[in-house]
Amino acid sequence: MARDFSWIRPEPWGIHVTPADCWIDPSRPVDRALVTHGHADHARGGHGETFATPETLAIMKLRYQTDEGAQATVYGETISLGGGVDATWLPAGHVLGSAQILLEHAGERIIVTGDYKRRPDPTCPPFQVTPCDVLITEATFGLPVFKHPPIEDEVAKLLKALADNPDRCVLVGAYALGKAQRLIAEVRRAGHHETIYLHGAMERMCRLYEEFGVDLGDLKLVSEAKKDAIAGHIVVCPPSALNDRWSRRLPEPITAMASGWMRVRQRARQRMVELPLVISDHADWDELTRTVEEVNPFETWITHGREEAMLRWCQLHQRRAKALALVGYEDEDD
Amino acid sequence: MEHFAALLDALVYTRSRNAKLKLLADYLRETPDPDRGWALAALTDGLDFPAVKSSTIRNLLSERVDPVLYALSRDFVGDSAETASLLWPEPETAPDPPTVTEAVDALAHMTRASVMSELPKLLDRLDSDGRYALLKMATGAMRIGISSRLAKTAFAQAFGVTVEEVEEHWHGQTPPYQPLFGWAAHGEEAPSSEGIPLFRPFMLAHPLDETIVDMADYAAEWKWDGIRVQLVRAGDETRVYSRSGDDISGTFPEVAASLPFPAVLDGELLVRGSHQGGPENDKTQGGAASFNALQQRLGRKVVSKKMLADYPAFVRLYDALIVDGEDLRELPWEQRRQRLEALMPRLDPGDFDLSQVIEAKTLDDLAKIRERTRDDAIEGVMLKRRDSPYIAGRRTGLWYKWKRDPLLVDCVIMYAQRGNGRRSSFYSDYTFGCWDGDPDQGAELLPVGKAYSGITDEELKFLDKYVRQHTLNRFGPVRETERTLVLEIAFDSIHASKRHKSGVAMRFPRINRIRTDKPAHEADRIETLKGLIRD
Repeated sequence: MARDFSWIRPEPWGIHVTPADCWIDPSRPVDRALVTHGHADHARGGHGETFATPETLAIMKLRYQTDEGAQATVYGETISLGGGVDATWLPAGHVLGSAQILLEHAGERIIVTGDYKRRPDPTCPPFQVTPCDVLITEATFGLPVFKHPPIEDEVAKLLKALADNPDRCVLVGAYALGKAQRLIAEVRRAGHHETIYLHGAMERMCRLYEEFGVDLGDLKLVSEAKKDAIAGHIVVCPPSALNDRWSRRLPEPITAMASGWMRVRQRARQRMVELPLVISDHADWDELTRTVEEVNPFETWITHGREEAMLRWCQLHQRRAKALALVGYEDEDD
Repeated sequence: MEHFAALLDALVYTRSRNAKLKLLADYLRETPDPDRGWALAALTDGLDFPAVKSSTIRNLLSERVDPVLYALSRDFVGDSAETASLLWPEPETAPDPPTVTEAVDALAHMTRASVMSELPKLLDRLDSDGRYALLKMATGAMRIGISSRLAKTAFAQAFGVTVEEVEEHWHGQTPPYQPLFGWAAHGEEAPSSEGIPLFRPFMLAHPLDETIVDMADYAAEWKWDGIRVQLVRAGDETRVYSRSGDDISGTFPEVAASLPFPAVLDGELLVRGSHQGGPENDKTQGGAASFNALQQRLGRKVVSKKMLADYPAFVRLYDALIVDGEDLRELPWEQRRQRLEALMPRLDPGDFDLSQVIEAKTLDDLAKIRERTRDDAIEGVMLKRRDSPYIAGRRTGLWYKWKRDPLLVDCVIMYAQRGNGRRSSFYSDYTFGCWDGDPDQGAELLPVGKAYSGITDEELKFLDKYVRQHTLNRFGPVRETERTLVLEIAFDSIHASKRHKSGVAMRFPRINRIRTDKPAHEADRIETLKGLIRD
């Protein structure tokens, strides 16, 4: 029997599970959506039904002010989507609630990883390696130059800059969902228990993480603090606020950014970053290729990111692979 | 090497000049000899390792990484050395970084034949930041904005000496500058400069502004619009130095070949022409071409015969610092001037002339003469105290520059970009334009210049707010604004330019005033600007 896996169909605006008429991470409103995680480019609003983990649904509710059509799926529990398709949400280790989706139909198993990483993250359970026939993987950092250093080293850099400049603050640009909370949790794990100040856009997401049991320590809003009080402290804001007027109220901020892109010097310079912190919630090159080897699928399909290099790697390792042209996924600030 | 790599990275991410100075000074103070000397040379592009080319890096990588993956990575990273530092296979053993001196030694001994086996041994001893630093050093392409002036200032700051002293002792020294560090760091005797054509720091002038001087005490000269140079002959060599102390002898070989006796002379480098000097001067000292003509010759490493013929350079002399081994710097200006005049018969009039002294009994007389400089395309006038010794730097009360009043035009702000450092959250760099015809007949604005100075903090806040509230488009860091706000722009001169769509390029444009009172369609037209060209 030819294995063409034609029951699953990649389209530019999402992946269609044809027998059950569902879409995975669609970038336009559909009747039934299966969502891997809460980042806005994967979890859009306006679907009839949304299948996702309770954490992801809570994030979406926070963002879209509605949970109409929400269908909670617990990690590891298999549900039937109809049309002979079963689906299981498995931990992806990307952000709170992030999941891979395992789809089973007619004896074939397909996994959509969504975004993932293999490093430990105190805010979410680790990626689970699961055998399958087709692995549909992300490739955001799919170039061999990307090797994320241990997060402990990057946190140590941050804390050193803070200690060396007691009259200033370190302003860290970090994605408001996931990166910010992981960074704060790691800073706490490194023994730093001082107040951390937040940009207003960070607050609700941090509270939500805490509701799900992630302890972030003492957090305060910049808008409620005096300039002097902020000196010697960490301030976390979305990357877009780093060089904006908002930062004028801070005491001589040292501009830092927590992102996998900070591995490349010119990327950091373009953002006018003085203290680049190579911290990513995506798999780096070694994690991506190791995952393909460990899952060992019959075919690898590569979604958003630097597909060419991953394709080349698959070719060099005699693995069947193809690149899917999905639109609408953004990776600039990850 | 780890400390050097850390310094290099810190410099890459640091934008403020003061912060760069502190980083460099700390490194120079804390690093042992001779590492710090080699590092200093590497940062100021003073090292050359002919065996290592950027193609060497590519070839080395192609033996270790799939060429397609390398090419994709190089495209993304945009820099071969950085790509290689990231892609290099991590060694099995813990890094055992060489010192900067060891690395320099090893690189210097490599040949085209041995580099492919020797360079990997060094790379295997380093982590990725170390590999980046090594490859940048080896290929001599630092490009991190460390000028020789900045390096010297940092050196002075590190050891509590003056920049002037550093300038004086630096020249003629070669990496790793041991005598220089011996002098500054360990109090040893300063390196001897005998027989070496050393640069002597220039004497500079303060702006006259509101100061009133008595013309009985001062002599006046034209401020010629060329580049200030110092000609130094010692031993059998003549060097031409620019104002920053860079050796530009290679760019002006005919000037370097023109001084027949040992001396240090101060003057203005100009290109022959009829543009500067005006009709009166044509007879007495020959004219000079505009700065635009001189610009054709600046920055060239190889000078063609045609260049030499089309743009012949000469030096208009201002001062004599040393003549035939006699140091004149302590003498009053008047006496130095006499010595300079007495030198003229020994110099070829094709290569040198004397900067004329302007006869003016009072400052008012001088003001009238100065007004004429607009037509003469001279930068303005200089005032030199008749009893002033030649002192490096800017000493109050001795020399003044009295630039002609700037030209003013009204332009419309078109684009804005965020600034650096203290201004990084403000839109503080403005591109402005003038009309290419009658704005009521559908003329368009063409950009004519860019400025970021001349405004107060209050005006900066006003313009920042204006830009944010009148944005039409965003292109990365740049915002396009509505064409509604007029800025009065001051500039020193304007020149024809083929590189700009408007056909003109301004020198030293700055914002003079914000003209909220003036509607945009009343801003100046390109034809008005072209009328100000004196090329």
